[in-house]
Amino acid sequence: MDFGPYLMLASLEGAVTAAVLALTAVGLSLVFGVMRVVNVAHGEFFMLGAVLAWWMTSLIGGHPALGFAVALIVVPVLVGLLAAAADVTILKRIAYDPERTIVATIGILYILQQVTLMTYGPDARPVEPPFNTRLALPWVEFSDGRPQLYWPWGLSTTSYKLGVIAAASVVLIGVWIVMARTRIGLVMRATQMDRDMALAFGIPVEKVYGLVFGLGAGLAAMAAVLIVPIQQAHYLMGGDPLLLSFIVVIIGGLGSLPGTVVAAILIGLSDGIISVFFSPTLAKILATLLVALVLVFRPQGLFGVRRA
Amino acid sequence: MSDTAKTAFLHGGLLALLFALQFVLPAYHHGNLARIMVLASFAIGFNVMFGYTGLLSLGHALFFAAGMYGMGLSVQILGFSPAPALIAGLIAGLVVAALVGALALRTVGVAFMIVTLMFAQAGYLTVLYFGSYTRGDEGFVIQQAQRMLWGIDLSDPANRYFAAFALFAVCLLTTLALVRSPFGKVLIAIRENEDRARMLGYDVFKYKLAAVIVSGTISAAAGAAYGLLFGYVGATFASVQYSIFPLLWVLLGGAGTVLGPFIGTLFMFYLIDLSSGITTAYMLIAGVVLVLLTLFAPQGLAGELRKRVWRGLP
Amino acid sequence: MTLLSTRGLTKQYAGLHAVEDVDFDLPQGQVRALIGPNGAGKTTFVGMLCGRIAPTRGTVIFDGKDISTLPAHKRIALGMAYTFQITSVFANLGVAENVALAARRRLQGAAVQDAVADALAQVGLGDRIDQTAGDLSYGHQRLLEIAMGLVQKPRLLILDEPTQGLAESEVAAFKTLIRALSDTTTILLIEHNMSVVMETADVITVLNFGRVLAEGAPSDIHADAAVQAAYLGTG
Repeated sequence: MDFGPYLMLASLEGAVTAAVLALTAVGLSLVFGVMRVVNVAHGEFFMLGAVLAWWMTSLIGGHPALGFAVALIVVPVLVGLLAAAADVTILKRIAYDPERTIVATIGILYILQQVTLMTYGPDARPVEPPFNTRLALPWVEFSDGRPQLYWPWGLSTTSYKLGVIAAASVVLIGVWIVMARTRIGLVMRATQMDRDMALAFGIPVEKVYGLVFGLGAGLAAMAAVLIVPIQQAHYLMGGDPLLLSFIVVIIGGLGSLPGTVVAAILIGLSDGIISVFFSPTLAKILATLLVALVLVFRPQGLFGVRRA
Repeated sequence: MSDTAKTAFLHGGLLALLFALQFVLPAYHHGNLARIMVLASFAIGFNVMFGYTGLLSLGHALFFAAGMYGMGLSVQILGFSPAPALIAGLIAGLVVAALVGALALRTVGVAFMIVTLMFAQAGYLTVLYFGSYTRGDEGFVIQQAQRMLWGIDLSDPANRYFAAFALFAVCLLTTLALVRSPFGKVLIAIRENEDRARMLGYDVFKYKLAAVIVSGTISAAAGAAYGLLFGYVGATFASVQYSIFPLLWVLLGGAGTVLGPFIGTLFMFYLIDLSSGITTAYMLIAGVVLVLLTLFAPQGLAGELRKRVWRGLP
Repeated sequence: MTLLSTRGLTKQYAGLHAVEDVDFDLPQGQVRALIGPNGAGKTTFVGMLCGRIAPTRGTVIFDGKDISTLPAHKRIALGMAYTFQITSVFANLGVAENVALAARRRLQGAAVQDAVADALAQVGLGDRIDQTAGDLSYGHQRLLEIAMGLVQKPRLLILDEPTQGLAESEVAAFKTLIRALSDTTTILLIEHNMSVVMETADVITVLNFGRVLAEGAPSDIHADAAVQAAYLGTG
């Protein structure tokens, strides 16, 4: 394949990564923004989404689209409820102290991961995509001074991958509408701005926290349900999304949703493209160092505005 | 009994007990205890930062691994003998700690935790990236012939136990002296109220950097010793798990106590040892203990002891 | 001789002037009171003196040296001591250890213990030396703060509302303490309690809306109509 088509293929793969990453990272960012805590177990809620999606689709049977549709709706709700339960039983009791919350969510991380290992086992298992048509893509070539369309061998994507990008976009727009246009979104933003003031105005802050923590985990789970037909479910799959979400949230500016989405697209696309040129390990080293240095020298994120 | 006498009695008593145990323990527990003493030294290093200075690092595997690889690679590639290799490990830890400290200490709280986590992750990935030297996840073995320190064979269980004991004793006594010194008291003051310490005229950044360097160097010493005594160097020791372990040990034993790291390591080691006989998901225990500790006993075991029995426990 | 002076010292928060163009001179050996209504900028002003708050512009000169860019701990090392408005002792440490931390910057070994005992006796906490600081009553914690300032033997002692929350008898003891110290130490006192100000200060500076409204001897300030309007009310 020539370089041009190759780059286009990498960008398409990157767009799928970016879409899923944006969902996952917005979940983490929401929790950090509203509750001011870092949820280290976020990647495990992602993993749980994938594993539950496998379980649900294999339970339902029939046409793959049926099981998948049920999983897409039910799994995020289940994971969200589980997270809300963890919030009420654990985080609420340590009063959301930032440092103790990190330690506690590390504990939750191992509990979720290891319980999955004990029940689901160490194998990676696939989920069949609901639809999966191979779509060949054209490329432009100049011959005899005139542009001509042709279909290079190997330049293709699937309808499912495009579906993932579309679904993630719809959900993100939905989250934005909820945050910007609804009463519950207003309540969340009020809590984010000033917890004490929100309390004074009679906002049930603890319920909002439970809701946000559940919503954040649910978004991660939904992202995982979307990706699992491409990636397979495995009990250790939570590590990478956690790391990437961290990177995205920090570079996008902690707690800023638009910044998070922009950073997710940037990182997702560049991850696809960079790994064409560099080894993935080197790309990860550079990314982690970038996060550390951004936090040290530009804590408001690369796109954020420094507050007075 | 004065506080000083009580302190000497308690810590001296533990060391005497550990010294004596080597003659009576059955082989299996003898080997375990040697391992525990080295890992407890790692926890002691972590405690200097977390327990005494109030700096929660989520990246201490970086320092442990710096010591381990500083030692291991200088044996493997440069053909060093154990004594200079150990020193190479110490220097590696010291340099890495100084660099990480100088950068990470520009942040506070949660950002500090994430920055240390990221640096450690970068360190782990670097070990994997240079797999042609480090052999990555698989790691490499340090041969018996390369483990002769001044004519003493460190692969021999009795010698190994004694070496682990010596390391642990040095680390324990060093921290004990440290926290009773004016320097250590400033660290505690910074933990308690950083702004007040600064307004008493202390250069808080310098003290914190010194704490990171001491902590990182002790952790590196433990890492170097671990590689040398047990003859294996691998990327697992640089992974996130080995950043979480010292946190777990110190929280369980009691942060900000000299004995806490050992108590926590001892308990956790046997908990995991027993449960790994039953299930492969032994890290479940670590998760449950972490959650229970944050919920019910943030002071840890020695912390409870300090609260209930003796307030002067160092 | 002037120990401390500021020129054009200004702090803006989001366009708001918390302190504006303050020129201030404090001669060695004086007890100066800084008064003004709440929000007049007193704490911001002393915060800029000792380096806790970075000024928007202006200079701070201490003992003839421009210290405007020095970090807080270096200013303290030059001989300033600062006691916090909101009680800020090391609550989990012992009373003696609190004072010892302040003393050890200039003393070593056994001398520390003597200095600690002296300072605690001076503020009337001599019998509480073995307690934990957090167990002290609020008023006693304020006194401990002062002891932590005293033990540094500073050339300039900045006290931010030291008598807030003290009992009547403790306030009286505090006045005596300030008068005794005034022979050896320059003191800058932020204070709301007018009887303390009138009985201890050599000179009073009045801040209002971040500016110096008036400056003079206690009797002059007491008679000043503008000050009465801004601060003392009906006086």
